[in-house]
Amino acid sequence: MSKRAKLPVWADVALIPLINVSLAFLAAGVVVALIGENPLAAVEVLVRGAFGYDEGVGYTLYYTTNFIFTGLAVAVAFHAGLFNIGGEGQAYIGGLGVGLVCLALDHLMPWWMLLPIAIGAGMLFGAAWAFIPGYLQAYRGSHVVITTIMFNFIASALMVYLLVNVLIKPGQMAPETRDIAEGASLPLMHELFAQFGIKITQTPLNLSIFVALIAAFLVWVLIWRTRWGYAIRMIGHNESAAVYSGINPKKMVVVAMAISGSLAGLVAINEVMGAQGRIVLDFVAGSGFTGIAVALMGRNHPVGIILASLLFGALFQGGAELAFEFSTITRDLVVVIQGLVILFCGALAYMMRAPLERLFGLVGARANKSEEAR
Amino acid sequence: MTDVQQQGQQGPVSHAIRLEKINKSFGAVHANADVSLDVETGEIHAIVGENGAGKSTLMSILYGFYAADSGRIFVADSEVEISDSKKAIKLGIGMVHQHFMLVENFTVLENIVLGAEGHWSLTVSLGSARRRLQEISDTYGLSVDLDALISELPVGLQQRVEILKALYRGARILILDEPTGVLTPQEVDQLFAILRTLKQQGVSVLLITHKLQEVIAISDRVSVMRAGRMVDTLNTASTNREELAELMVGRKVLLRVDKEAAEPKQVLLCTQHLTWIDDSGVPRLDDVSFEVRAGEIVGIAGVSGNGQTELLRVLSGMLDVQQGSVEIDDTTIDANHQMTPKEVRHLGVGHVAEDRHRDGMVGAFEAQETAIMGFQDEPEFNRSGLLDRAAINQHCVDLMDEFDVRPAAPTLKSGGFSGGNQQKLVIAREMAPKPKILLVGQPTRGVDIGAIEFIHQQIVALRDAGSAVLVVSVELEEILSLCDRILVMSEGRIVGDVLASETDARSLGLMMSISRSGEQQKQQEAAQ
Repeated sequence: MSKRAKLPVWADVALIPLINVSLAFLAAGVVVALIGENPLAAVEVLVRGAFGYDEGVGYTLYYTTNFIFTGLAVAVAFHAGLFNIGGEGQAYIGGLGVGLVCLALDHLMPWWMLLPIAIGAGMLFGAAWAFIPGYLQAYRGSHVVITTIMFNFIASALMVYLLVNVLIKPGQMAPETRDIAEGASLPLMHELFAQFGIKITQTPLNLSIFVALIAAFLVWVLIWRTRWGYAIRMIGHNESAAVYSGINPKKMVVVAMAISGSLAGLVAINEVMGAQGRIVLDFVAGSGFTGIAVALMGRNHPVGIILASLLFGALFQGGAELAFEFSTITRDLVVVIQGLVILFCGALAYMMRAPLERLFGLVGARANKSEEAR
Repeated sequence: MTDVQQQGQQGPVSHAIRLEKINKSFGAVHANADVSLDVETGEIHAIVGENGAGKSTLMSILYGFYAADSGRIFVADSEVEISDSKKAIKLGIGMVHQHFMLVENFTVLENIVLGAEGHWSLTVSLGSARRRLQEISDTYGLSVDLDALISELPVGLQQRVEILKALYRGARILILDEPTGVLTPQEVDQLFAILRTLKQQGVSVLLITHKLQEVIAISDRVSVMRAGRMVDTLNTASTNREELAELMVGRKVLLRVDKEAAEPKQVLLCTQHLTWIDDSGVPRLDDVSFEVRAGEIVGIAGVSGNGQTELLRVLSGMLDVQQGSVEIDDTTIDANHQMTPKEVRHLGVGHVAEDRHRDGMVGAFEAQETAIMGFQDEPEFNRSGLLDRAAINQHCVDLMDEFDVRPAAPTLKSGGFSGGNQQKLVIAREMAPKPKILLVGQPTRGVDIGAIEFIHQQIVALRDAGSAVLVVSVELEEILSLCDRILVMSEGRIVGDVLASETDARSLGLMMSISRSGEQQKQQEAAQ
């Protein structure tokens, strides 16, 4: 009878995700083989597409930026024991805040003066969109999972209305705002590199990836180094102990949701102020939902989230190349592969845990025996 | 097989169970080391030991929850392998857990039959079960109303249902895990009477407990475990509590709290007509008025669930005051002047929560994070907006040092400490600011004898320094030896107020059940 051993930290944070990703690729490989393509060739295209040349890298990091923001958003709520499914809507509404600020002030100041204001507006709008479900959860008992999902739809409908009727640039058919003025939108990475005399291909990758990395660091500080983080983690672990400690769990639920929403709202810095330079329809494009898988895989830790975001960024970019390269592999099949990764790394994240614990137990027992023998 | 027969022929007394050199390790922890035990047919055999001594592991091996790393198990003198609890039940081993495994909204009969229906039609199973249970309860003198709902039965009867459940499955060996924890002294007497009848009918009883006076009262033999090893097996008649305690801990232990007579001074804590009604309209606190003075320890005795939990929560600010008032020093808290737990703490009230796992600590938090619970907003632990990790760490090291918390590892997860050390950390935290008033719920729940002694000394020291202490405990022994004055609670009311020196467990027990039986009588009269 084999017994389970407690996993060492490195196995927990590195080995298990690695095994899960490998399993996902194995399963994806089987699917690719079934439709008659060579899985190894497909992997090669995928990896080369994501990392093989500067344009691919640019796109990969551009997607990564979005996922870091939404992953952090999900993680902060999760530490408070809340499941924020509404990153999608919060990011969308955050785009309204960023867009309005940029469109109002873009002729008055350069991008580096506008950026802090836009960040503030995006966070505020995102926070407001998460505040309402948070309030309803805390004081009215409506489950936050249900309300955040509903708020995604409301956000979507609201934005369509605003873009079609209010914010649309006069004299065109596409429901988009006018472009943010030249010097007021975030510089793209190729422009930045050009200033130092380095030539890289133009991609939507822009300055906001640094905003994302700073946000990740600040989230780490918030959760593990401040008393608000202390309170957030405590209501997540044990609400009754929080009451005992003089923490108001209802208030902290609202606070945690607002922080979560503000992080999701930052997606708009990447999209509206950066990549697109205007508010377009459905610019979030599923990042909010991918953030859930990212947070799950990254174990709700900023470092894990950055790594998981990179993986998903690579999958999105490499997947697009895959669909382009193989006529038999369609866009839908790429979605299947991405889905498999989410399945294995997210939903089945703990599947490999028990067998691995047994394995470690077995190895440990062997080691003990050989020690005793000596 | 021949080996087994030889074994059987050797001993004149037949063994119900024999364990030989059982070993079981969890990682580096050797939970059971060469443990041997024999239980004769028709004896009541107690197993005592501190938390983590290996009692539960041993019983789990016997009941098939764990497989032993090595060692042999004999049931009725033939060697067996118990791979799961189904196998254990088949071999005639029954277990009554500390926390009952009953479905609250099923009847007694349904609960007993659950999982052992024996026929696809429930009506048929229940019919035949009813007949068999009638026989069983005649044989063993165990009477329960088979059609009563579990939720309507008092705890003592629920436990009887658990015993019936085991017997219905053919148990000849009954393991009882801490069976008296939730019972009144009267219910304990009834349980012991049942155990004696079972014994006469040839059932062997294995009793896991930490209450030494009960071991002396009921058992034939007693085995003592310490640190995973079987230290000794003694005839109960030829031993006493002091010797058992010494064997358990490995050194001499003071069973009575050593303290001077109290010198109560001014009133520090006082409640007036405190009433608290829960969501379903049941008054959990019913017109509770009492006072606690500086320099005295007041104990609240009562069966758990009679309002003690709510009382502590109202006093500490975790629940709002609905009716009546609480006076702390010269501050009054009532329905119009509520206070949060933080504000109450600032009045100089320390609160050792009754259930540390629910309120007093967070298992997933580092010990140093648990060590500042309730104090996380204090300036001494915060510096320029961030938590001051160095100060927090130092604070935790100091607490661990002063209260001998082991291991003294501030970054270890709180849940990784043993029960006694968790409790010492919680008490250290609450006592550190030298509170004027200390509320203590179950000071020694799940704590080893050695640590109990230490915790009691600390509480007495705080009293002697001039604090008012309110202790809630379901352990009458503890209340009697630790407290100066005792209030008895039953169904949310204070039904007794006596000096500890002028009472004993028996009369407290009678008071604890006063209004219960009164209530039952009223109900019966109303029904007629």
